[in-house]
Amino acid sequence: MLLVLVGIALLFEAIGWSVRGASFLFNGQRLLVMVLQVSIIGLLAIGMTQVILTGGIDLSSGSVVALSAMMAASLAQTPSARAVFPALTDLPFVVPVAAGLATGALAGLVNGSLIAYTGIPPFIATLGMMVSARGLARYYTKGQPISMLTDGYTRIGEGARPVVIFLVTALVFHVLLRHTRYGKYTYAIGANPQAARVSGIRVNRHLLRVYTVAGLLAGLGGVVTSARAASGQAGMGVSYELDAIAAAVIGGTSLSGGVGRIAGTVIGTVILGIMTSGFTFIGLDAYIQDIVKGAVIVLAVVADRYRHRASHV
Amino acid sequence: MQYLLEVEGVRKAFPGVVALDGVSLQVRPGTVHALMGENGAGKSTLMKIIAGLDRPDAGRVTLRGRAAMIHQELHLMPPMTVAENIWIGREPLTRLGLIDHRALDRRTVELLAGLHLDIAPGERIAEMTMARRQMVEIARAVSYASDILIMDEPTSTLSEPEVDQLFGIIADLKARGSAVIYITHKINEVFRIADEVSVMRDGRMIGSAAADSMDRDRLIAMMVGRELTQLFPKDNTPAARVALSVSGLSSRGTFADVSFDVRAGEIVGIAGLVGSRRTEVAETLFGLRRATAGEIRIDGVPVEIDSPATAITHGMAFLTEDRKLSGLFLPLSVQENMEVTALSGGFVHMGFVRQRQLMAACGALAATLRVKTPDLFEPVQHLSGGNQQKVLVGRWLLTSPRILILDEPTRGIDVGAKAEIHRLISGLAAGGAAVIMISSEMPEILGMSDRVMVMREGRVAGMLDRCDANQIDLMRLAAN
Repeated sequence: MLLVLVGIALLFEAIGWSVRGASFLFNGQRLLVMVLQVSIIGLLAIGMTQVILTGGIDLSSGSVVALSAMMAASLAQTPSARAVFPALTDLPFVVPVAAGLATGALAGLVNGSLIAYTGIPPFIATLGMMVSARGLARYYTKGQPISMLTDGYTRIGEGARPVVIFLVTALVFHVLLRHTRYGKYTYAIGANPQAARVSGIRVNRHLLRVYTVAGLLAGLGGVVTSARAASGQAGMGVSYELDAIAAAVIGGTSLSGGVGRIAGTVIGTVILGIMTSGFTFIGLDAYIQDIVKGAVIVLAVVADRYRHRASHV
Repeated sequence: MQYLLEVEGVRKAFPGVVALDGVSLQVRPGTVHALMGENGAGKSTLMKIIAGLDRPDAGRVTLRGRAAMIHQELHLMPPMTVAENIWIGREPLTRLGLIDHRALDRRTVELLAGLHLDIAPGERIAEMTMARRQMVEIARAVSYASDILIMDEPTSTLSEPEVDQLFGIIADLKARGSAVIYITHKINEVFRIADEVSVMRDGRMIGSAAADSMDRDRLIAMMVGRELTQLFPKDNTPAARVALSVSGLSSRGTFADVSFDVRAGEIVGIAGLVGSRRTEVAETLFGLRRATAGEIRIDGVPVEIDSPATAITHGMAFLTEDRKLSGLFLPLSVQENMEVTALSGGFVHMGFVRQRQLMAACGALAATLRVKTPDLFEPVQHLSGGNQQKVLVGRWLLTSPRILILDEPTRGIDVGAKAEIHRLISGLAAGGAAVIMISSEMPEILGMSDRVMVMREGRVAGMLDRCDANQIDLMRLAAN
């Protein structure tokens, strides 16, 4: 996958020189923006990776971003007549951050409970949450955006901070998945849930945790998004879950479960970012950008399949 | 007489391994040709080439007629009916080009009646037992009216009366002039039905001979390449205190009133035909199913086992009968497959896995069990069946269990690995473990067990002591 990333980068570099007469890669500002615009997708993709590792899917993460952004923003306002909670303004930034994370975790807990204890497929459970969370985000302020946020809160989204949050989270989850019991159980359940149960893993309990953690990361995504935009809007994060799935899958995570790594997902995320930046850089029409992006997602996975088939007799 | 099939000097290599090396084989019409060999000997590759599913790199295959194959793993579509499964892709059509369901059913009834099978065309595969599914698979292969029928371990899911039924079908096919290539690990079957037998090892044909010129010891020696003196090395270990006591265990609608004791150091075999509910009893003991009545005591103390996790904390281990379905984590490595049961124990500190210690423990076990693998990072799916089974045994040995439940511990694995697993089980019993072993192979049950509990239709039909257990008594209790 790293090869695909380097390949795409060099392609843009070559096109850049021939079309624009400028370097694509050797521009610090552009590289920062490139990762910055996919940092939120990246956070969701990390949560998505561990969900997909168990053999599941989380369609709700984009909507949960919006709901968490609204909840967090409503507790991060400066005093004004139009504040959502006029009595609760100028709170220290940890309060809205905690509210955003808790909202996400709660949504994830609901997803996990439905999946673990009613036995409905993850696709359906999280589809329901996707629709309801988005509705709740709109209902919360009757569709009005929440603005005038405290400096303490908006500072979270300033400069390169979202990138740092994304990369630190990635590192934490890399360690979590490779070196802890939590991670090993996640892989085992995805590889064979029945065998996992026989081996003494309390599968339902673990699935509950995995979906809750995925929700928590979507909540973090909501906090960072609203801090960066200095507002909470119910339309935030639309279709982010699909980009997150794409990032995980491009990074080598298998939708059938048990196969995938956080490092791959980070690379998958950067590939999505590099394409968006690169297309803009070479001046590709916005509509055509999407057409090409869709094709690249599929091709990347096809290429990965072939590579794996070649190595397995 | 002209041969129906002639294979001459066939070679087939895959990256890194020569699967077939100059293999030759001749099959006459109207005969049953048994093909034996350890797992990984090249039997399946050879059969794929004969059935035209794969091409040889060198050599010649001359087939006078058509070959059809019955796979070891069932290739049926569970949500569809028997008739739909048998004729898939060959359905009779009406004039409008739609499927002619009446003709479809009629053909199916004719086919099944011809095979003396009591199966209705409209039954759904999903609602059938494994044994009946196997019969449908066989009927499907017969429906192609092939000249050669390849059967890969067809009896592994069948019980004794069904095996008889299958052998009846094979006799019919022979009488019609068809040939059957019969892949099996069961030596008894070879002497029951085969006219000729060929043995493969490490991609080479070791030899072919008329079955009646062979004997058991010679056949085993050809398969493993060394003289084996005893197949079931059970030492008589003195049994002491009762480790596990089961009384009146019932699961409504499944089994009832199952009572038995297992002493430390004892191997209790559970015999029974398909449908005797042996596996269900084991699953209930291990917390995979709920008991509706009865009591389980471990070391004399009544215990409530509501999940496998609880069972493991009580020192129990359960090797399930279907490796792929409920045993292996196929995409994961040998290491990851073994370590999973150890993650609830001392190898984890504050949630973090002590990887180096765990690797050392798994490495040592893999060496003791003689797992053939390049290293512990090898994906378990690349290992042969016997080695996969050893990995699963290793998984349970990591928990140092005091009560082992083994469900068909040697199903579908080669003779060499089988003997090693038998030796291991005896060793564990000698070390003081209480062992419950479910097996459909009578020689295995009789050779290994101190006592044999026979089950029939969800009830205990009898308990036999090692000294007076024999195949006839056992069969009489199981079938009645």
